[in-house]
Amino acid sequence: MIHTGVLIIGAGPAGLCAAITAGGAGADTLVLERSHEPGGQLVKQTHMFFGSEKQHAAARGFDISAILLNKISKLENVRIITNAAVLGAYDDGVWTADIGGRYEKIRPETVVVSTGASEKNLPFPGNDLPGIYGAGAVQTLMNQYGVKPAERVVMLGAGNIGLIVSYQLIQAGVKVLAVVEGSPRIGGYLVHAAKLRRMGVPILTAHSVKAAHGESGLESVTVWGLDQNWQGIPGTERAFKADTLCVSVGLSPLTELLWQAGAKMAFVPALGGYVPYRDDNLRTSINNVFAAGDSGGVEEASSAMVEGSLAGLGAAEQLGLNIPNIEDKKQELLRQLEALRQGDAAERLRDGRAATRLHIKGGCKKC
Amino acid sequence: MYTYYIIKNSERGINLRIEAHPILDFKRGNPVSFTFDGVRVEACDNMTIAVALHAAGFKGISESMLKKRPRGLFCAIGNCSSCMMVVDGVPNVRTCLELCKDGMVVETQRGKGALI
Repeated sequence: MIHTGVLIIGAGPAGLCAAITAGGAGADTLVLERSHEPGGQLVKQTHMFFGSEKQHAAARGFDISAILLNKISKLENVRIITNAAVLGAYDDGVWTADIGGRYEKIRPETVVVSTGASEKNLPFPGNDLPGIYGAGAVQTLMNQYGVKPAERVVMLGAGNIGLIVSYQLIQAGVKVLAVVEGSPRIGGYLVHAAKLRRMGVPILTAHSVKAAHGESGLESVTVWGLDQNWQGIPGTERAFKADTLCVSVGLSPLTELLWQAGAKMAFVPALGGYVPYRDDNLRTSINNVFAAGDSGGVEEASSAMVEGSLAGLGAAEQLGLNIPNIEDKKQELLRQLEALRQGDAAERLRDGRAATRLHIKGGCKKC
Repeated sequence: MYTYYIIKNSERGINLRIEAHPILDFKRGNPVSFTFDGVRVEACDNMTIAVALHAAGFKGISESMLKKRPRGLFCAIGNCSSCMMVVDGVPNVRTCLELCKDGMVVETQRGKGALI
């Protein structure tokens, strides 16, 4: 049995920031990471971040990951274990994990679930063919491993990820045939879209994929126009000879462990699917379980970092540690979150946050 | 080091190396080789099995259970189960997370794979 003060599940932006605040407060902190390296999706983000300086704006994702890991390396009470997948949460407070092929039991005093999100796909004939990849997988191949995902790509989705990854594909020497977007409007920042248009990439709004074709792998993609009810319009089909279709249609929070732990959940489409109810400390309905980052509702890496910092503070506070100016620190982080969630585009997100807010101070005492 | 594996794989006409990148400088690992369904694949020890197979031109690396349709990787970060293979006799290995080791025997998984 492994004992720890704070167990952090996932070493992405949220988990690493939670480790910095929990560890910085003196908590005995264990971070378990499923992959062979920490950093989560930051390690494959080559673009410069928006947001404010506090969330390392203007730095590139992989640099931010290195900055966070450097901070953690100075904290002797924080340990990161890679190749460690957390498997289950049990009623008696025991969590289990596959650590380097060994089945281990862990008894943490508090837990921060920062497991991130998984990529969605769309239903269309042939959507399971080899060569149809999530946008994150494409970034993994080209930005983490230096391998071209394809020669000729169709991008499905013109949100920020779809636009940024399209540009990254061009940087890697891949031909982007078109960006296809179901909505009548481009979802991502227009600065990214304009960059692609200048490079001659068509962005087809109110279009979607009708079907993907190929025998052993993707050979071509048929795209068609959508009417006002999002139904395909016969006669508007056009074919693209692509060996990869990159799907960038959103993410769903990875909440399996929160369900297992028994956290109260709600379905909030604006947050990507089922999300946990949380209080202002990001504590779920389970008294010692916090959720931070995309696993608490899909946003982006900047807010994941702030949420991680907040959850790490809360988890350390719950251990009874004396943390100087903790209320000021929390208020500052809450202000940063509020600033990141400003604007008309974030209205549904703010509504979703408000609808899943736990108002019980100090979490749900009954649990 | 990396060039070595590209040259070897390109003998089969495959070259998916990113030649030059405006931002990234890739750290190539040490060369290793393994077999995929009996075919020798050259790779590096800091890349995952699924990535090495993609770079060597193998996109279909598993099959669906009922209709036996070919499957490739989808998420590449351990979520989707699309890249599960038999590695050194062990089934259900998420090859998008598992790093390449010299002499590995990697096989397409048929069906669910026996647990014990």
